[in-house]
Amino acid sequence: MKNNKVIHALYTDDDVLMAAVKVVKAENHYIEEVYTPFPVHGLDKAIGLEPTRIAIASFMYGCVGLTVAVLMMNYIMIEDWPQNIGGKPSFSFMENLPAFVPIMFELTVFFAAHLMVITFYLRSRMWPFKGAENPDPRTTDDHFLVEIPINENEKELKSLLTKTGAVELHVIEKNDN
Amino acid sequence: MYKLSKRLKILSLALIIIGATGWFSSYTSSHHLTLEDVKTMLAEEDTHHGGDHLSSHNESSHSEMIQLHQDDHDVSSHAKGEHHKSSHAEHVLHQMHNRPYAALYVAAFFFMMISLGVLAFYGIQYASQAGWSPVLFRVMEAITYYLLPGAIIVLGIAIWADKHLFIWMDPHVVAHDELIQGKSSWLNKKWFIIRGILFILGWSMYRFFSRKFSIAQDNSDINDNSYFKKNFKISAAFLVFYIYSESVMSWDWIMSLDPHWFSTLFGWYVFASMFVSGITVIALITIYLKTKGLMDFVNDSHLHDLAKFMFGISVFWAYLWFSQFMLIWYANIPEEVTYFITRIEDYKLPFFGMLVLNFIFPFLVLMNSDYKRVPWFIVMAGVVILFGHYLDVFNMIMPATVGDRWFIGVPELSAVLLFSGLFLLVVFYSLSKAPLLPKGNPFIKESKQFHY
Repeated sequence: MKNNKVIHALYTDDDVLMAAVKVVKAENHYIEEVYTPFPVHGLDKAIGLEPTRIAIASFMYGCVGLTVAVLMMNYIMIEDWPQNIGGKPSFSFMENLPAFVPIMFELTVFFAAHLMVITFYLRSRMWPFKGAENPDPRTTDDHFLVEIPINENEKELKSLLTKTGAVELHVIEKNDN
Repeated sequence: MYKLSKRLKILSLALIIIGATGWFSSYTSSHHLTLEDVKTMLAEEDTHHGGDHLSSHNESSHSEMIQLHQDDHDVSSHAKGEHHKSSHAEHVLHQMHNRPYAALYVAAFFFMMISLGVLAFYGIQYASQAGWSPVLFRVMEAITYYLLPGAIIVLGIAIWADKHLFIWMDPHVVAHDELIQGKSSWLNKKWFIIRGILFILGWSMYRFFSRKFSIAQDNSDINDNSYFKKNFKISAAFLVFYIYSESVMSWDWIMSLDPHWFSTLFGWYVFASMFVSGITVIALITIYLKTKGLMDFVNDSHLHDLAKFMFGISVFWAYLWFSQFMLIWYANIPEEVTYFITRIEDYKLPFFGMLVLNFIFPFLVLMNSDYKRVPWFIVMAGVVILFGHYLDVFNMIMPATVGDRWFIGVPELSAVLLFSGLFLLVVFYSLSKAPLLPKGNPFIKESKQFHY
C-alpha cells in the first residue's frame, strides 16, 4: 500500500529555505516540491532538478519561424504576386533577400518567444481555468513551503525541519488520484 | 605573478623578424614594378580571362545595381583607344604599389583595434562597478598597454603612406574633385594629424591613470577605496570621450579611404568589430594563463560570461553590418552604393565569407549555454572570430586602395606576423609587471565567488 502522507514545512525567508533544503537533501530525504512566492536563485540545483531543455525547444521553434518566413515571403512576394518595390527585381528570392531579412528575423523571434512561453505553461501544467496547485495561499505572498513525503519517519523529519527554522509544520494526507 | 618566458620572447621576436623581412621584400619588389611590366601582365590576363570577362557582362541575371556599375565599368576600363589603355595600366600600377602599404595598415589597425576595444570594455567594467570582472582586470590592462604603440604606428603609417592610402592627400586628385574640395576643411593633412594625436593622447592618458590607480588600490589600506573611486570617475569620463573619438577616428582612419562615400553608423560598426575582437582576446589570454595554472581564481562562470559577450557582440556586429548594408542597397544612391558594389564584385569571398565567420559560426557554436564554459570551444570560436574581423578590416581598407588587385599573400601575412609578434611581446611584458590578481579592488571577493 502506498503511503500518501506528506509533511508541509513553512519558512519565511529564502535564505533560511535554501539552507533548510540543503540540510534535508544532505539527510537523504526526498523533496517532492517547493512553493515560493518568487524564483529563488540556485534552488533548482539545491533540490536536484534536471536542467531545463526549453532552450532546445526554443531553438527548434526559431528554426520553424525562419522557415515559415522564407516560405511565406517567397510565396507572397515572388510567386503569387511579384511587386516592384523601389525598382528591386521582383522575380528572384535571392536578389530580394536583403528586403526579407527583417521579416525573417522578426518571425524567428516571434515563433521562438511565443511558442517557448506556451510550452513553458503547458509543461508546468498551467492552462486557462486551471485550479491553483499550491497547498497554502500564503506561498503567493511571503511564505515558502517545502513538501516532503513521509515514510514512517514522521518524528525524525519533524525534529529535523524544526531545527532548520521552519515556522509551521503540517502533516497532510494527500488524496489526489 | 606571470614571468615573461624566454620561449615567448623568442617566438614574438621571430614573428617580428619574419614578418618584417617578408613585408620589406614585397615592398621593394612592388616598387620595382614599371608601367611596362604591368602592361605585359594586363595583356596576359586579357588573353586568359578576356572571353569570360566579356560574357559575364552580358548575363541578364545580374541585379540592377550590379548592372549600374557595369555601365560605369564599361566606360572606364573598356573604352577604346590607346590612351585609355595606358592610363588603365597606370591605375593598376598604382594599385599594386599601394598593396604593401595597405597590407601593413590593415594589420596595424587590426591589432590596435583589439587594444582599443579592450580599453572600452575595461572602462565599462569600472563605470558600471561590475562585480564579476575584476579578476580579469590585469589581463585587460595588459592588452591595453599595446594601445599607445599600436595607435602611434597606425597614425604613422597613415602619414607615411600618404596618397598611397588616402587619395584626398594627393593634391592632384583634389584639384579635379569637387566633392573632396567640399570636405577639405575636415580632410586636410594637418587637421588629420592633430585629431589623431588628440585621440591617442586621450586614450593613453586614461589608460595610464587607470592602471596607476588600479595598482595603487592594491597597495592601499583595506578600508581605503579612494583609488577605486577615482578610477570610477575617470572611467565614466573616458567612455564619453571614447564614443566620440572612436567614431571620428573611424571616419578619419578608415572611412576617408573612400572620400566620396559616407555612412552614418560607420563609427558604431567599427566599434562592434573592435569590441568583439577585444573581448575575444581577453578570453583567449585568460584561458592561456589559466592552463598555465596562473589564474586559478578564474572559474567557469567568468569564461561563460566572456563567451556570452563574444556571442552577443557578434550578433550586434551582424545587426549593424546588415543595417548599414540594407539601407544603402535599398536606396541605391550611386555615390553610396558603389561602396558595396566594389565589395560584392571584386571581394565576394572575403565579403560574404566574413559574415559566415563573424556571425553564423559564432552564433551556432556559442548558442548552447554549456558550450560557453568549455575552453576549447571558446578558443575555436575565438580564433574564427579574430580571423573574421581581420577580414572585416581587410574589406574596409583594401577595396579603396588596391581595387581588384587584392590577395591575401606575402605582404598581408607578413604584416599580420609582424604585428602579432609585437602585440604578444608588449602584452605579455605588461602582464609580467604586476600580480595577476588585483587584490585591492573592493569587488574582488564578489568576483572570485562569482558563479552562475
